[in-house]
Amino acid sequence: MRVHFKTSYNQDIRLFEDKWTLFVYSLLIILSFLMPYILDVFYLGEMTNVLIWAIAGLGLMLLTGHTGQASLGHAAFLALGCYSYAILVQKGVPFLIAFPLSSVITGVVGMIVAIPALRLRGIYLAIATLAMSILVDDVIVLAEPFTGGVSGIFSEPIFLFGMEIDRWGTPIAFYYVALVTIIIVTFGYANIMRSPLGRSFVAVRDSEVSAQAMGVNIARTKMISFGLSCAITGLAGALMGLFAGIFNNETFSVVISIQLLMMIVIGGLGSIHGAFFGAIIIGFLPQFLSISKEYVGDFIGGSAVAIPGLEFGVFGMILIAFIMFEPNGIYGRWVKIRTWFELFPFYRKGMFKRQKSFLKTERLQ
Amino acid sequence: MEIFQLLVSGLANGCVYGLIALGFVMIYKATEAVNFAQGDFMMLGAFVMIGFNNAEYLGLPFAVSIVAALVVMGAIGYLLDRLILRRVAGESQTSVIILTIALGFVIRFVVGLIWGHEPKSLENPIIGQDIAFGGIVLGLEDVAVIVITLLLTLALYLFFQRSKLGLAMQAASQNQLAAYYMGVPVKRIQGFIWALSGIVAGIAGILFATKGSVDPTTGLIGIKAFAAAVIGGFGSLPGALLGGLIVGIIEPFASRYMPAGYSQIAPYALLLLVLIFRPSGLFAQQRNKKV
Amino acid sequence: MSLLEFENVTLRFGGVIAVNDLSFSVKKGEVFALVGPNGAGKSTAFNLISRFYQPTAGQIHFDGHDLLSHKASDVAALGIARTFQNNELFDHSTVLQNLLIGRHRHRKTNFLAEIFFTPSVRKAEIQNREMVEEIIEFLDLQPYRDKMIAGLPYGVRKVVELGRALATGPKMLMLDEPASGLSVEETTDMRWWIDDIRRQMGITVLMVEHDMGLVSNVSDRVLALADGSKLAQGTPAEVQTDPAVLKAYLGEVA
Repeated sequence: MRVHFKTSYNQDIRLFEDKWTLFVYSLLIILSFLMPYILDVFYLGEMTNVLIWAIAGLGLMLLTGHTGQASLGHAAFLALGCYSYAILVQKGVPFLIAFPLSSVITGVVGMIVAIPALRLRGIYLAIATLAMSILVDDVIVLAEPFTGGVSGIFSEPIFLFGMEIDRWGTPIAFYYVALVTIIIVTFGYANIMRSPLGRSFVAVRDSEVSAQAMGVNIARTKMISFGLSCAITGLAGALMGLFAGIFNNETFSVVISIQLLMMIVIGGLGSIHGAFFGAIIIGFLPQFLSISKEYVGDFIGGSAVAIPGLEFGVFGMILIAFIMFEPNGIYGRWVKIRTWFELFPFYRKGMFKRQKSFLKTERLQ
Repeated sequence: MEIFQLLVSGLANGCVYGLIALGFVMIYKATEAVNFAQGDFMMLGAFVMIGFNNAEYLGLPFAVSIVAALVVMGAIGYLLDRLILRRVAGESQTSVIILTIALGFVIRFVVGLIWGHEPKSLENPIIGQDIAFGGIVLGLEDVAVIVITLLLTLALYLFFQRSKLGLAMQAASQNQLAAYYMGVPVKRIQGFIWALSGIVAGIAGILFATKGSVDPTTGLIGIKAFAAAVIGGFGSLPGALLGGLIVGIIEPFASRYMPAGYSQIAPYALLLLVLIFRPSGLFAQQRNKKV
Repeated sequence: MSLLEFENVTLRFGGVIAVNDLSFSVKKGEVFALVGPNGAGKSTAFNLISRFYQPTAGQIHFDGHDLLSHKASDVAALGIARTFQNNELFDHSTVLQNLLIGRHRHRKTNFLAEIFFTPSVRKAEIQNREMVEEIIEFLDLQPYRDKMIAGLPYGVRKVVELGRALATGPKMLMLDEPASGLSVEETTDMRWWIDDIRRQMGITVLMVEHDMGLVSNVSDRVLALADGSKLAQGTPAEVQTDPAVLKAYLGEVA
């Protein structure tokens, strides 16, 4: 068991609580930079996809996991980031400006959307964002002069430092673009969570009344959370467009919104790790299913038949199992396993026992 | 006359939305959770009925099939609560929302496995029959849908407002712990409400399958039923039906009089407008948490 | 000199009168208790001060400010902190993080600086922690410092709530039933803390409490309410023997 003797206030403020943690995370970052030399091109592409989903997951995690505002409409912001980036690039804006700018645009629009959304809570917000996501699908079709409508538009390769980067031609360079983006986003996210802003997010999530009594301006806090969340999601959207190459209204359908929310619930709501864990599941589940289908096909002698809806069916069952048995997601399970090793052999079964809880209404009796 | 026929077909569709919305509202009233799978429940109900009734499957008589389908749907509702939802009481609202969406995925998958993905319709005694009066021709199935929906809503409304059990349900929803202390059997009530919402979904499914064909993705009209429930103010049963009718009527008129591409967004646009300007729906008052 | 002033405050919810033409004032540096049967309007008075409710009529002044011209989230900045009747802590955070939220009203950095965690943010954070550590020491919360609220016993949560309110550095502390649900020992601790808060920190205390033992031990003046109106006001002894109060609590004296 590692015991921390705290001798300075900085110790609590540090991103990594001790040298060991710093070492582990440094190793992880070095390993991810070495990935192109470990994996073949196909799996590197899959890794890139996971990273992009993880960025989107981080965006939604900030809003839903840490501020407690459930959004079923984040595909709309992915779309906004993607289209604004692609259109900016078409107009000749260089990558290093267009990429952050598309994030800013998405963030600002997110804040504007937040103004009416501020009055909505819980399920109402979820339903409103769901409706928004459905509407955006149709709006993309209607705004054909900009978006190309159903036939979609094309995201040009990145020109950076005299190099042309695209997913197929230079998969390694594209992987690095995604990797650098996610490292910057994660670093900023972790900083927010150790400063007053992050605490005010959590305060709004856990109890709006007492947050207010502590001087937290609920409306402003939610707006900033929406803005930052959408800004991060916009980056993921721009990368998704680059990854897909060509995209249309279907690319960012409401199903993507739902998938994104499911992803962070499986990963673990309210933890940065959760966005990564969830993205790994989302990214590799289709591979896993197709591989296991082949095995099953061999076993029972039939061919690998395509079963429509299988992916979502299995995904749904995994999700139900998680919410029932491990509501804190993969991250929650991970914390338990870690604690088991740290405390070995003193881990007790009841340590993480959930308290019996009753539903208490948010409505006034 | 065209307007009148648009109106009736809109009303009949609206009734189905309203019935799904009733399911949302009942569960919301009793557990403060929203069942995002209610639309898929309806679809499941339709397929269960088809499974009992159609010659291709069991081929039971129509009336027997109805009773059997509703019993099965009630049991499914009860078991879902017993096995899944009861265990997640007290989890964050986001988790419960996602849980019910996941349930919808699973229902769609299972229905696809059992009954396939081809559109199917219910063999029934009233299909294709018309009622004509004063030069207006109405489909008998449309009229049946409207009448049955109105009767069912009235019955549920009276049940919630008048009966002791209905009142206990409302108490259970407002403060589970307090209701529990006051001797309200909170768990049993929740099971009952889920069973009831399964039955209502079954009725909606049967009515829907009487009017047209269903396939595993039919449940997605649940999203329109959301619009209905929200427009009606999530806590009110007559409000839900009214919301359903509004959405149902808007649709045929929008597609008749609005340019293509704009018509299908009408229900969602209305939903957003209501949420922006009257966040608690057209027929409910806003309430805040007490400390 | 009065710190808090209620002038003819009335609050109606539809047809129900929750607070009826209530006037009282709390002096700087005193412990002032509100007592009365359930539904007398004590917590409602707190919620009026917190600006959760808008009075139907009347004025509330605090420290020379018109309280009614401030939003709920600006009340803390004036120097008013409170606890809640049924703990309203941030359940999925540690004790330390809960106390740190108390420092929110002193936040000077903006979110851009916080994203990059600039040296000024670090400096402010260290200051916040110094303040919070003092409170942790004062309330003997060291054993629970890094524990999640969700797993803590009820009595400890009450103390954490007190600590969170103190962390805001208030001029006036509002305690909504600080002793309810506490054991005898915990209630005694609470009594000494309230005394220390008033004497050492010079903070005015306004509290709602049913435990008359605690009330008469710590408070200078007591206001008894019934049905939203003032019944009696004075020292604890005076109020406890007031015939109107006895009648409200015990019903008609035979």
